[in-house]
Amino acid sequence: MEMNRRHALVLGTGAFAVAALPVPALAEDNGTQAAIDAFTGGAPVAEGGVEIDAPEIAENGNTVPVEVGAEGASAILLLAAGNPNPGVATFHFGKLSAASGAKTRIRLAETQDLVAVAKLADGGFAKATRAVKVTIGGCGG
Amino acid sequence: MAKVKPRVKVPKKAAVGDAITIKSLISHPMETGLRKDKKTGENIPRRIINRFIASFEGEEIVNVAIEPAVSANPYFQFDMIFPGAGTIRFEWRDDDGTVYDLEKTIAAA
Repeated sequence: MEMNRRHALVLGTGAFAVAALPVPALAEDNGTQAAIDAFTGGAPVAEGGVEIDAPEIAENGNTVPVEVGAEGASAILLLAAGNPNPGVATFHFGKLSAASGAKTRIRLAETQDLVAVAKLADGGFAKATRAVKVTIGGCGG
Repeated sequence: MAKVKPRVKVPKKAAVGDAITIKSLISHPMETGLRKDKKTGENIPRRIINRFIASFEGEEIVNVAIEPAVSANPYFQFDMIFPGAGTIRFEWRDDDGTVYDLEKTIAAA
């Protein structure tokens, strides 16, 4: 009887570990990486150099104020890695734009990371990530 | 359907070369297409503003491609270098094909 119980425990733990593993991998992928690749055309993306200003904790996921900016960028792609679809908005800045930045309000389904990818003046790409905690989700009302 | 009404806030006049802040908002439900009608259980069709363009005398300042993840009553704020007196044209494009627009003229101070 004792052996059986031990075996059962070991088996149980093993099964739990296996079940737990794929979860983070799934949570990551709502198409965010594919959206980044589509934007950059597969070019390498440097970390940093893009600013994302968003509240650390958003009480209402239906309207989360977000500001993105990158010095001299011609375009910025904003993605929400935890929404049903990753895309939020793509900003293209003309010559008259003063700061290559913009503020808007977005919907976030749950606590997640925001990702901003900027196309810089020299043709390179830069990326930044910012975590936002959401108290009430912005989907399905 | 609530009436779609665009609003923008720009300075009446500005000094040439200054950065001016422009705020825009359009009242629009931004229906994502993911919500279900509680009575019928059917999906409410998507209807959003899919593009916002602000241009000064024909030259684009910002051009934003918008996804359903932008909140209802989409709001955009951005800065622009004021090149001299002229008119800013704002344009919002709806999924249903309607284009809402608004023009604001800024004088040189």
